[in-house]
Amino acid sequence: MMQLDNLYQEVILDHYKHPENKGLADAFDAQVHHINPSCGDEITLNLSLEGTKVKGISWDGVGCSISQASVSIMSGLMLGKDLMIAQEILDNFVSLMQSKGVGQPDENVLEDAVALAGVSQYPARIKCALLGWMAFKDASVQAQKKN
Amino acid sequence: MALNVTEIRKDFPIFLRKIRDGKRLVYLDNGATSQKPQVVIDAEIDFYRLNNAAAHRGAHQLAEEATELFESARQSVAEFLGAKAEEIVFTKGATESLNLLAYSFSNAEPGSRFFIGPEHTIVVSEMEHHANLIPWQQLAKRSGAELKWFGITPDGRIDLSNIEDLITDKTKIVAITQQSNVLGTINNLDLIISKAHAVGAIVIVDACQSVPHLAVDVRKLGADFLTFSGHKALGPTGVGVLWGSYDLLNELPPFLFGGSMIENVTMTDATWAEAPKRFEAGVPNMAQVVGLAAALKYLQGIGMDEIHEHEKKLTQYLLDGLAKIEDISIVGPLDISLRGATVSFTVDGIHPHDLGQFLDNAGIAVRTGHHCAWPLTRALGVPATTRASMYLYNDESDLDALIRGIIDAKKYFGQ
Repeated sequence: MMQLDNLYQEVILDHYKHPENKGLADAFDAQVHHINPSCGDEITLNLSLEGTKVKGISWDGVGCSISQASVSIMSGLMLGKDLMIAQEILDNFVSLMQSKGVGQPDENVLEDAVALAGVSQYPARIKCALLGWMAFKDASVQAQKKN
Repeated sequence: MALNVTEIRKDFPIFLRKIRDGKRLVYLDNGATSQKPQVVIDAEIDFYRLNNAAAHRGAHQLAEEATELFESARQSVAEFLGAKAEEIVFTKGATESLNLLAYSFSNAEPGSRFFIGPEHTIVVSEMEHHANLIPWQQLAKRSGAELKWFGITPDGRIDLSNIEDLITDKTKIVAITQQSNVLGTINNLDLIISKAHAVGAIVIVDACQSVPHLAVDVRKLGADFLTFSGHKALGPTGVGVLWGSYDLLNELPPFLFGGSMIENVTMTDATWAEAPKRFEAGVPNMAQVVGLAAALKYLQGIGMDEIHEHEKKLTQYLLDGLAKIEDISIVGPLDISLRGATVSFTVDGIHPHDLGQFLDNAGIAVRTGHHCAWPLTRALGVPATTRASMYLYNDESDLDALIRGIIDAKKYFGQ
């Protein structure tokens, strides 16, 4: 089970069972709906900004533990961040996912998201982990256009 | 006679390898693709090693041999399906076969029996694989025809209760699967075919999940076109078969244009070769076709009826085993009459992708997701399922491993 435990860290299973910021807020600057066409995972994400700061993230979705935990972790991480910083965190996370298991996650930047490092050893699961992050990226672009 | 799985497995070199740090391979993803016996691998290698040349071209010995091997493979496929050799078109796979048909219909002139317009309907079912849905959905959009479909009953059977409303004088095409790649349901197509023919509609059968697993005789079935992919029937990837009743096939306009499919060509016009050549533009996938013939001979050597009986026995064993696990819901028929060896299920609280990952860690290969039948999984109200699909080289020990794996996964994920 060693290898599998590396993928399914306790933090991930915790977020999966007790997701943060789940349940869509009524007010938002942008709403996006992203789908993972190969497995059917879906997420709707609402984002609101205050200037260039992330004021609110809420989401709802169905999917595997990796996709659901990842969006939960991401939502907590991005809340209150300036979009510039959020972009850096996102880039950092994407690089980690593409690192084929050899990336050294930066806990100062990624916080709980370092628990997802093991995903990068499983090519088929990377898109699960990225689903919510790509939704956030899309929503932040749309919200900025609107504001 | 019962299959000797231990002996059969020796024919498949992939079972010699280990999975995820030394575990035995338990391969239950046959609905996606099958493993290959050494005779198929050898047939393909030998073609390249000894006979490689462009079939139907060249005035040399190798070209003659390649042509002979290619055409005798056509004969083998025809015999396998109870068809005539000239009714067999080699494609790259069933997906290409179905697109070929849809585009050939598009290319038909008004007045042709294949012409389709806004006054027509196309009928499919809700249990179609995307490959037998989207080509027709898009043909409907291009032509203005209306797409209609059979629904699914709660026990995973095709719902024929409104057949009179679906298949009418307007119906031009009925495209239907013989066996669902998700539910395992085998469709008895007799009523649909007779009803469709009574109104002059053309019946196209997706036999991807049936031809590899049970004896299919196209004359007895009575449809107009039928397709399957070689790679699900122990054959190589990159080769599929489109069978068409010859009179229809020879009237159907071509779809892919190029070398070998012509009768005469000038700078401004061209006429077409007779079927099946008309549908085989370009140098064909010879090595794969030869490999497919070897695969079908291998299957015949074991016996399609024996394979079907073996799979029925396994299906019953798996359904019984799953029924003993709490929180499992089987998506598809629970009785094994008219049912193939594909079993999809959900486990409360464990997403299929996580279950698949857990099983993989134990060396067990299953499929997870919507299985390229998204409208079906939506209709069933499940975002995704886990699917175990069996073949001649599986036995009860594989299913015991799967059942054990599911029980372990429930513990691991805290259910």
